[in-house]
Amino acid sequence: ISHGHGGSHSSSGGSTLLGYIGIDTIIEQMRKKTMKTGFDFNIMVVGPSGLGKSTLVNTLFKSQVSRKSAGWARDEKIPKTVEIKSVSHVIEEGGVKMKLTIVDTPGFGDQINNDNCWEPISKYINEQFEKFLKEEVNITRKKRIPDTRVHCCLYFIPPTGHCLRQLDVEFMRRLSHSVNIIPVIAKSDTMTIEERQEFKQRVRKELENNGIEFYPQKEFDDDMEDKSDNDKIRETMPFAVVGSDKEHQVNGKRVLGRKTAWGIIEVENPNHCEFAQLRDFLIRSHLQDLKEVTHNIHYETYRAKRLNDNGGLHPISSNDTQESNL
Amino acid sequence: MHDPPHHGGHSHQHPLEAHGADGEAEGLDCPHTPSYLRPPVAGRAQSDSGSDISLPLGRSVEFELPSPVSPSRPRSPWALFDPYNNNEDQDKEYVGFATLPNQVHRKSVKKGFDFTLMVAGESGLGKSTLVNSLFLTDLYKDRKLLNAEERITQTVEITKHTVDIEEKGVKLKLTIVDTPGFGDAVNNTECWKSVADYIDQQFEQYFRDESGLNRKNIQDNRVHCCLYFISPFGHGLRPLDVEFMRALHEKVNIVPILAKADTLTPIEVKKKKFKVRPFLLKEEIEQYGIKIYQFPDCDSDEDEEFKQQDLELKESIPFAVIGSNTVVEAKGKRVRGRLYPWGIVEVENSTHCDFIKLRNMLVRTHMQDLKDVTRETHYENYRAQCIQSMTRMVVKERNRNKLTRESGTDFPIPMVPGVAESETEKLIREKDEEVRHADRAPDSVPDREHESHQSSEQQEPSDPRDDRER
Repeated sequence: ISHGHGGSHSSSGGSTLLGYIGIDTIIEQMRKKTMKTGFDFNIMVVGPSGLGKSTLVNTLFKSQVSRKSAGWARDEKIPKTVEIKSVSHVIEEGGVKMKLTIVDTPGFGDQINNDNCWEPISKYINEQFEKFLKEEVNITRKKRIPDTRVHCCLYFIPPTGHCLRQLDVEFMRRLSHSVNIIPVIAKSDTMTIEERQEFKQRVRKELENNGIEFYPQKEFDDDMEDKSDNDKIRETMPFAVVGSDKEHQVNGKRVLGRKTAWGIIEVENPNHCEFAQLRDFLIRSHLQDLKEVTHNIHYETYRAKRLNDNGGLHPISSNDTQESNL
Repeated sequence: MHDPPHHGGHSHQHPLEAHGADGEAEGLDCPHTPSYLRPPVAGRAQSDSGSDISLPLGRSVEFELPSPVSPSRPRSPWALFDPYNNNEDQDKEYVGFATLPNQVHRKSVKKGFDFTLMVAGESGLGKSTLVNSLFLTDLYKDRKLLNAEERITQTVEITKHTVDIEEKGVKLKLTIVDTPGFGDAVNNTECWKSVADYIDQQFEQYFRDESGLNRKNIQDNRVHCCLYFISPFGHGLRPLDVEFMRALHEKVNIVPILAKADTLTPIEVKKKKFKVRPFLLKEEIEQYGIKIYQFPDCDSDEDEEFKQQDLELKESIPFAVIGSNTVVEAKGKRVRGRLYPWGIVEVENSTHCDFIKLRNMLVRTHMQDLKDVTRETHYENYRAQCIQSMTRMVVKERNRNKLTRESGTDFPIPMVPGVAESETEKLIREKDEEVRHADRAPDSVPDREHESHQSSEQQEPSDPRDDRER
């Protein structure tokens, strides 16, 4: 049996292999490699202080990974300008290693005058793209370019119950084209189920009216299967979440939750909040896709813009400091 | 729900009884007090009371019998407390003016009370719901919530809703002043300015009315209390909160509220209060510069329970509240609350939130004090400042123009801040005219009075009075 070089096996509808080649073992090979090298995931959290960003991230990754636990005092004063602080941890599960980086943005939305408070964030995202671009364009490239690009941005919407604030719209409008934005409704235990549904509807409508495409973006659905899965998710977004790093006893089990005078809010109970959905979506099903969209779309957009503007980038050594052309 | 004990009159030891023994009148012959005018002495013959005591000074004492005895008086809650009802008081003779508080109360009850409450804070903190819960009304029935786009061009508005509430024969005219748009923009610099201006305008209007000639029916629109809503989501006070309170603490009684407290567990509530309180204590005014409404200290002769309650109240600032006007079923009873999948929050349960404390404070114990402080402190400050700046201007005017002013009243006339000099001059002249007219033709005063209000408020360039004067 002769095959074309490079393994391109042109198979029309009914042809069968005359023996088992073992092409499918490539999946196993990939898996082994991934396990050995591990992979990077960079997540940014944006929102005014006190919305439970750090707690939620800790809850998502079931470990103390946020800035809150890295020794910074939580009672620090609100910074006068938006700062970007990133913390990295390596977490391991089932033999797979993940280098998780949480990028926090203290000071966002906290001032009296919040004009342009999104600029430091936009700048940071572009700087990561620039770093990657420089590495890529090098003559001698590293075997594995360290990926500090922001794969996902969790935007925390305060649960006012009314609608989006002007600041929310401005931020998401400007950044939805450089990063995958996943809006979440923070501290949603402040709303009853009905209030939550109404609020979500209003938020979705406003996002639509303002042309804000949050992740998963409709235009990047690959096929019908993707589309139907993602449609279901888009209908439920933004996820109304509650975070907690404390355990309580409920019906004989230890669960993560918040204990109030009128009951215990279970974080992972789908009747109470949508944390479990967010976690499954973010980590268990779409993690890789987030990275791919960042690399294939957002990064490519940035790269194309840079190359066009400069009339072509020359390969540079890593010592050169070239200003990012924003 | 229990009311704090009514600490009305204590028994007065009338000095008269001291010389009951010698029965000496003070030089005037007065008839004995007819027995039906004396405070009722239950179950004892009048002759037991020893020598007759004649009233000194021959003054005619008007006796108002406490309402349980006199059927013609309207039954009001205050009349139920009869200061002379103790057993020990039955032995003594009294003039009877300890019923004065009852009389005052009865008159006020007839007139009715008014109260103006302002609510301020970012939108979505439950201000409207809380107001509705506090006063069991639905003031915001037809409210339309704006979406983010519509809010872009919105500036901070001031809206007023008035509602008349009556309970057990007592009428309250409640005005709620709302501040939609506060803190909602991206750039909120000085968003409290329209709030401060509104409060000043009310003071100014009252000042004019007070200085005017027809003072019988002055409308008091001054803001008596401002509930400031602190977001439970932040880590304590935000810069905007601090700036707002600093700008307004000298103009209005600020009562800080921790909104939507069902977001927080009991421990978190404690922590948050602990974080916020240092900014609000009057001892820290040097450092943070915020002076919220201070509860008056207890008198030393109050009973222990009252003192304890008062202390608890002071320790609860800022009040962590939850509002709701929907009724839900909990443990077989119907309560006002919020229904969650994990439980029911009861608004009137003091282990759930401080709503009861706030309501008691605002309505049942401190409403009058809030009005008093507004009148005696904030309004007086405003007035003093106004007069100072006006006399300065008047002096400047006089020196500059060297007008031959006839008499020219020197009493202060309210001046609209920022108004041009010529307007002040006009206003002063108008007032002078008015006073002179009042001397000459008393019946024309009310019209002029009314007109001067209108014209000075609207500042029309074509003032009808000018034609008359010139």
